[in-house]
Amino acid sequence: MDVVINGEHKHIRGGTLLEVLEELELDPRAVVVEHNRKIVRRPALSEVTVATGDAIELVHFVGGG
Amino acid sequence: MTTAVETIRDEPLTIGGRTFQSRLMVGTGKYPDMDTMVHAIEASGAEVVTVAVRRVNLDRSKESSVLHFLDPKKIFLLANTAGCYTAADAIRYARLAREAGFNDFVKLEVIGDEETLLPDVAGLLEAAKVLVQEGFKVLAYTNEDLVTALRLEDAGCAAVMPLASPIGSGLGLLNPFSVRTIKRRLHVPVIVDAGVGTASDACVTMEQGVDGILMNTAIAAAQDPVAMAHAMRLATIAGRAAFLAGRMQRREVAMPSSPTKGMLD
Repeated sequence: MDVVINGEHKHIRGGTLLEVLEELELDPRAVVVEHNRKIVRRPALSEVTVATGDAIELVHFVGGG
Repeated sequence: MTTAVETIRDEPLTIGGRTFQSRLMVGTGKYPDMDTMVHAIEASGAEVVTVAVRRVNLDRSKESSVLHFLDPKKIFLLANTAGCYTAADAIRYARLAREAGFNDFVKLEVIGDEETLLPDVAGLLEAAKVLVQEGFKVLAYTNEDLVTALRLEDAGCAAVMPLASPIGSGLGLLNPFSVRTIKRRLHVPVIVDAGVGTASDACVTMEQGVDGILMNTAIAAAQDPVAMAHAMRLATIAGRAAFLAGRMQRREVAMPSSPTKGMLD
């Protein structure tokens, strides 16, 4: 399915948000997930299913002042 | 190398219910490499370390976040909302940062101008009110305007962070009078954030009586960041000690230090 992840159009297998992270080889403990502008807490990642056209933001901490 | 600080009687710094021994806080941006950053933070003695929230790089999914190099058990991670130009964006970034699960502190920045990176105080106040309502401990990056500082305190901010000079400028403390006035009038901690260029700037800033100082570029962009971090640590301690000691009165005329009596005929 086609979704937008971090502003980029991506074709992914889909499934739950947890499965999307696995597909992207991202550690769910190391990222914070926003799904269609709504933060999804870690325990709920396996409960939210991704649909075509969804916007997903995956963020983490980087160096900053 | 140790520093003789045992003669200083000082209270620890408490912000939003958390107590810190070091009055120097440092950023994690712009270092030449992560190893230098880790050693510089260690040399600075800082307990509070700022980080930014950004998108994960999907093309290099193995790329480590800054947390790979920092132990959140040893240091206190203070997420910022750097790069946000509206209250809504800053609120969004703060919520994402809190979800990372370390603490509910946020260094709130709402920038109003790209060239100077000076804060948008209207947006800042708006965001501060919302985030305080949501239970955040807000440390608000602001300019050296007393009235804005008072409003931020009224809004429930845990600390107010006036700038010394624009972010990354290294111009030092441009307006000591205003920073002193803010410190005198506020009850919450006042942490000067941004603009320090070298150790004397940190020292002069701390001599104004503020509760702490936060810097990033002055250390990260020094020729030797680790050595500069050490210098900043000493300067922060020296400035605080001088403030507590109470400086002598300035006078416009000289006064001899040696006795005027007992001179030879």
